[in-house]
Amino acid sequence: MPDTTITLDVFRFQPDGGGHARRSTDGPTFKAYRVPYHEHWVVLDALNWIKDELDGTLSYRWSCRMGVCGSCGMMVNGVPKLTCAAFLKDYYPGTIRVEPLTYFAVERDLIVDMDGFLGKLKSVKPWLIRENEKPVDEGEYLQSPNELASFKQYSMCINCLLCYAACPVVGAEEDFIGPAALAIAQRYNLDSRDQGAAERADALSADEGAWGCTFVGECSEVCPKNVDPAGAIQRVKVDNVKDWYRKLLMPWGHR
Amino acid sequence: MADAIQHDILIIGGGGAGLRAAIAVAENDPDLSVALVSKVYPMRSHTVAAEGGAAGVVKDNDSFAAHCSDTISGADWLADQDAVEVFVAEAPGELTQLEHWGCPWSREPSGHVAVRPFGGMEQERTWFAADKTGFHMLHALYQTSLKYEGRIRFYDEWFATKLLVEDGRCQGVVAIELRTGLMHTLAARAVIMCTGGAGRIFAFTTNGAIKTGDGMALAYRAGVPLKDMEFVQYHPTGLPGTGILITEAARSEGGILVNKHGDRYLKDYDLGSPLDVTDPRHPQKRAMELGPRDRLSQAFVKEHEKGNTIDSPFGDVVHLDIRHLSAKKIRLKLPFVRELAMNYAGIDPIREPIPVRPVVHYMMGGIHTDIHGATPLPGLFAAGECACVSINGANRLGSNSLTELLVFGARAGASAAAFAREHETVHIAALDTQADDERRRIREEFLTKDGGTERLAALRSELFNAMEQGAGIYRTEESLRQTYRTVESLHERYRNLQIDDHSNCYNTELTAALELRNMLDVAEALLHSALERKESRGSHQRTDHPARDDSKYLKHTLAYRRDDGPPRIKYQDVVITKWPPGKRVYGAEASEAATGC
Amino acid sequence: MKQRYGTPLGPTWFLGRAAYRRFMAREATAFAMAVFLVYLLLWLRSLGQGYTAYGQMIELAKHPISVFVHGLIFGAVLYHSATWFNLTPKIMPMYVAEEKVPDFWAAIIMGYLPCVAVTTVVLWAVLRSAG
Repeated sequence: MPDTTITLDVFRFQPDGGGHARRSTDGPTFKAYRVPYHEHWVVLDALNWIKDELDGTLSYRWSCRMGVCGSCGMMVNGVPKLTCAAFLKDYYPGTIRVEPLTYFAVERDLIVDMDGFLGKLKSVKPWLIRENEKPVDEGEYLQSPNELASFKQYSMCINCLLCYAACPVVGAEEDFIGPAALAIAQRYNLDSRDQGAAERADALSADEGAWGCTFVGECSEVCPKNVDPAGAIQRVKVDNVKDWYRKLLMPWGHR
Repeated sequence: MADAIQHDILIIGGGGAGLRAAIAVAENDPDLSVALVSKVYPMRSHTVAAEGGAAGVVKDNDSFAAHCSDTISGADWLADQDAVEVFVAEAPGELTQLEHWGCPWSREPSGHVAVRPFGGMEQERTWFAADKTGFHMLHALYQTSLKYEGRIRFYDEWFATKLLVEDGRCQGVVAIELRTGLMHTLAARAVIMCTGGAGRIFAFTTNGAIKTGDGMALAYRAGVPLKDMEFVQYHPTGLPGTGILITEAARSEGGILVNKHGDRYLKDYDLGSPLDVTDPRHPQKRAMELGPRDRLSQAFVKEHEKGNTIDSPFGDVVHLDIRHLSAKKIRLKLPFVRELAMNYAGIDPIREPIPVRPVVHYMMGGIHTDIHGATPLPGLFAAGECACVSINGANRLGSNSLTELLVFGARAGASAAAFAREHETVHIAALDTQADDERRRIREEFLTKDGGTERLAALRSELFNAMEQGAGIYRTEESLRQTYRTVESLHERYRNLQIDDHSNCYNTELTAALELRNMLDVAEALLHSALERKESRGSHQRTDHPARDDSKYLKHTLAYRRDDGPPRIKYQDVVITKWPPGKRVYGAEASEAATGC
Repeated sequence: MKQRYGTPLGPTWFLGRAAYRRFMAREATAFAMAVFLVYLLLWLRSLGQGYTAYGQMIELAKHPISVFVHGLIFGAVLYHSATWFNLTPKIMPMYVAEEKVPDFWAAIIMGYLPCVAVTTVVLWAVLRSAG
């Protein structure tokens, strides 16, 4: 071990008490691990070191370790972070507290239940909806670079769920569709190739949809990909209001 | 114990190939029920990390023949030419299909899809979504797959441990539901493997943690041969230390590689002569920085031997310089390159060159399949990086793999559906008996075992180091034998493994142990295939056999597992249709030698 | 049902993070707006009640406590407006010649500048008639 170390205070929770009663925990606890300190290490490197060298029972998700698969989101000193992009040097010499993403049910240790999010994602119909599909052999739908740019930012979401862990509405209202799924809905609504805004409107304008958002804005602050879900949601609201007036003033209008 | 779960088609792996196969079945055979079993949520699959693009002929100045010829010479003539022709012909349709599913391809001002040049390609034919092509493709596929509710059933975070073969047919798998630890029997009329590569058997790789060769190992243990496993692609530009990929697109946008003297050293390795970066003809296609990956990685080793590389805290590097591109172009076309370089190398490529070195990136080899995605085991199909059709031969060209997973994912889906319609019987009782044995094995070997002395991480890092030392860019009989002996002993020591975690819910140590077993099996096949191929071709460079030997080795290696001792190696002829084996030439000579059909 | 662990949202949830405290401050300053509106309504009512009542309102307004409360409300309303001006570019991104205007400038152009302009005109009109 090098001379310098750093301590990670890691959230531990095992629902089944750990199989053969090797350890049994009723509720969550924190366990402190002393880890070698390297300037280039990220929190995920430290967790891997703990799992390899100290305690094989520590469970968490990770894969690409380059900030694009979205697996390794955790609370690092109370802030939602991708642990593959949270460098130890930004916390040294302090202790780093690592917890599972807040507002989610914890399955075990640093692993949270993602199923709720997937249901919400599906509820906004996150796929291209067309009235008439163009046959593939007739080529692509044309789209200008500016049309692409109008939704590109919202298509960058990696589903890491940091935004949900930053959003108090998610904590208060379990059914709130939430930042990422709403941003993805807006991504399709703004796509010049898509004609499905009307089909998504019910989900988006429901109480659990965009209007659930109180614009805390923290989702956009923690987003590692600058998707700006908060902005997307407010734009859903603006579109929603415009639609409402359009229907009021031009009830004969279509779409 | 849970009851057996039954579907018509089982897809193992939720990356690009698996999702494409699932959609293919759901669209064309809505009556068939599809199960998509993946050890991670599908959008975590490593397709997500592909950056540069996907090749498909679309522009008027391009032709199928040119794409075929580039792919075949890139493959050092080890690709099956019938497969390449099918691949090239179906590529544009598949890429357009993905556009219709919402993939945000980068565009020309006219609104048509834009293409960029890529290494070893004679024309611009690489479709791209900035420098996050794989990410956008994967999410477009995943989000589209959600449309088929009821037809595609997702088993997210289920880890397959064994193929179930009964009556000479593959009829399912045993899989651990990670959330509960339950080991389920999943039965089906046909199974498609889409589990990706095995780059994780090496220490230094662009691959994510999940790429442990699971599907290859499962098929291998079920008696299916692994083909051309000796061919491992080193990508020439990975970040030192982490191995994070810096896409080839950085070079196709005009980036250059320089050594410690500031020389564009590739000129010394039969890759043509450099043009000034201000020359409008730069970057030249099929030359210099846009040469094929194997040759560029080999050039790095030679530069290193000459002492021309640059010292860094994480090993020697060369510089990938993109500073001469405008900041605007870098922000528009290479934003992810910039983000990665800033986060993980601590430099802004707008102002400083990026330190890079070759890094294990892709397995050309994999589960032996035909052009329909069928393996020799009836009922088992494979597609994507875990499969070997082969269109990649001895060296894959950049941007062919994303297209490959679409073309052959769709083909495997269609073939599996046809097979499933013809084979309706599934022998549930017999499968369950087999599954019981597997459940007992896993419990006894890992969960109830006590007294083992070997630690998982220690075995794994020994495997990493041995592979890196003995089976890297340049290999010899001796280095391969040495590494093979190490892997054999690791197999032995694995029996004495002890894991800390005996619990059921998300026992990630258990899955890591099972993955290590898969990695050892894949490594064994790889090393033995490499030992037997006594020639140098593409990415397989034997310093003790430096020349290509078409008379003996214009053949695919097939490695069959044996219970005792090294795998049995057989050979199968390469399919040649219109492109007889020739010399691989890049640079000025290349245009003269261009072939057509 | 399998045992799982969840983090409940307590009544003091917003104290833990600076961003949440800022959010609560923004929401709380809306009360100052409401108070001021009620106050304006009281003025209107006194106007309807005649000269005496209006005069009493003026006397009341001159009281040091009233001036102090007005100061507080003015500060709160300024904070509230500023937060929304700053958020406007997120809701309505601004484009000039197809380039996105940075949020900082968009907030000035869409929020602060019009606000300063309108305020100046009103002040000018009021001060001119008063003078």
